[in-house]
Amino acid sequence: MTAARTLVSPSQLRTPGGKTVYVIVFVCTFALFTLAFLFPLYWAVTGAMKSPAELAATPATIVPREWHPESFSEAWDQMDLGKYFLNTVVVAGGAWLVQLAVDVPAAFALSKLRPKFGNVVLGLMLVTLMLPAAALLVPTYVTVTDLPLLHLNLINSPAAIWLPAAANAFNIYLLKRFFDQIPDELIEAARLDGAGPVRTLWTIILPISRPILAVVSILTIVAAWKDFIWPLLVFPDTGKQTLSVMLQRVAIDMPLNLLVAGMVLASVPMIVLFLVFQRQILAGLTAGSIKG
Amino acid sequence: MSSPRSGNVLDWPAVTPRAGRPAASPAERRRARLKRRLRENLTAYTLLCAALVVFAMFSWYPIVRGVLLSFQQVDFVNPPTWVGFDNFVRLFADPLFGVAWRNTLLFTGFALVFGFLVPFVAAVLLNELRHARAYFRLAVYLPVMLPPVVTALMWKWFYDPGPGLFNSALNAVGLPGLQWLDSSTTAMLSLVFVSTWANMGSTTLIYLAALQTIPGELYEAAELDGAGMWRRLRHVTFPQTRFVLLVLLLLQIVATMQVFTEPYVMTGGGPDDSTVTVLLLLYRYAFVYNDFGSASAMSLLLFVALGVFSAMYVRLTRRVE
Repeated sequence: MTAARTLVSPSQLRTPGGKTVYVIVFVCTFALFTLAFLFPLYWAVTGAMKSPAELAATPATIVPREWHPESFSEAWDQMDLGKYFLNTVVVAGGAWLVQLAVDVPAAFALSKLRPKFGNVVLGLMLVTLMLPAAALLVPTYVTVTDLPLLHLNLINSPAAIWLPAAANAFNIYLLKRFFDQIPDELIEAARLDGAGPVRTLWTIILPISRPILAVVSILTIVAAWKDFIWPLLVFPDTGKQTLSVMLQRVAIDMPLNLLVAGMVLASVPMIVLFLVFQRQILAGLTAGSIKG
Repeated sequence: MSSPRSGNVLDWPAVTPRAGRPAASPAERRRARLKRRLRENLTAYTLLCAALVVFAMFSWYPIVRGVLLSFQQVDFVNPPTWVGFDNFVRLFADPLFGVAWRNTLLFTGFALVFGFLVPFVAAVLLNELRHARAYFRLAVYLPVMLPPVVTALMWKWFYDPGPGLFNSALNAVGLPGLQWLDSSTTAMLSLVFVSTWANMGSTTLIYLAALQTIPGELYEAAELDGAGMWRRLRHVTFPQTRFVLLVLLLLQIVATMQVFTEPYVMTGGGPDDSTVTVLLLLYRYAFVYNDFGSASAMSLLLFVALGVFSAMYVRLTRRVE
């Protein structure tokens, strides 16, 4: 394996001393990372399976003395987790679909149709990225309670999450940048074949844009699943809340083992998503870091 | 196959000259081109209209509304009334206002020390390690995937002075336990740990990506010039990643100034108001006291503070470049 040259020189690494140091550093880092990042997760999963008495005892046990995997099903029933999972799926899935339906055509129009004032529109969208999200919390909340012109109240409706989420300048920017790289010749060929813009978007652009669509989709779904403050504000009706808001609400009254079990269950979809879509998630991460 | 000079590649629909037609006069051709351009723009704006509506309603309008609200009193029954700077005066008179800013700056300061240094060290370290790279990436990023409420509740339980994980660990090695969230001196720092743990995955991996773009020849050349490891770190690694470091530093400051979930879920602002942050106070004004005017004034102050800071930061760092 020829690794890229880094800080430590290969010749240094090849000496016996270098090898020893490398092994020591590697083992320490491995242990530290496991302890810092995986052990807490282990602690939560096993903690959920301890009996309430064992969970409250000091000192804590590393391996449960008795295993109670039934806490998971008990937590599911007691917290009505099925309902809250469904709520969260509706919120995240809807945010995803609305986002794609709104942002993809917009990015396509800005990238390939280049209408008059297109740059102004894009600029106005990008400006919103400079604003700290917190600065818009209250006015957006006030807007959602009484939509301008329409006078609809979106409180307790998932649309209160879907629509503001679609106003995502970052995703439009990512999509536009990808569309910009698609050669104009390809689109012109489609035009000569008699395809209109919508057809071209659907049959030519979307199929070759799968990588960026995957990145944007994942970013949106993960963000919607993790969000807390906005769902907290727009779902005062406890039956409509998402998992995060519900867990926070019941945290004080719930027996600890059941609460921890509920927390573990609420995290499973995100962990699975990460394990499956690692590449897209990490690609989105570095796409997010401004390239110089 | 070059696109026409009009700039638009998509001259829909295809305009092919038809045989047997008399040549169009220049005026007619101009009118045809104008019509075509109109149609193109119409198509483009049709595709854009959904985005324009959501941006107008949930982004651009709230920006304006937020500024207006800062100078209004709103009770949702009567129409809003103009109150000038009353909202700001009320904020300044609130003893918690200063406390909240002080706490937030404290949080941001600590979060930078940890959230900036730890990920950088981790990234440099990971960049050197040749084995189990996928594992390291996975481990460091897992916490980022957890819903922040889960992270906060989980750590609240870890911090429990009795059977909590941390005090159990401390006791196991013969050290006395700490008060963690229950003492006003350590509570804020405890929140910083949570936030660092939860977010360092993304920072670390962004740094790592930046480190991997450094050409190996630079290190080789430095080595040939007799530069040891520390000097290579200082003269190659740092300058080569400076842009990413500076940008992330700014983004982190802006993000940590808006800390909310950890104090809201873990301490509720206590003990003794030691973890009341700007956003927590803003939340209280809006959704506990129902004073949307003052809450908006708070947002405006936060926005101005961060805006001024960002502008200064960009200016200063540009001079450094």
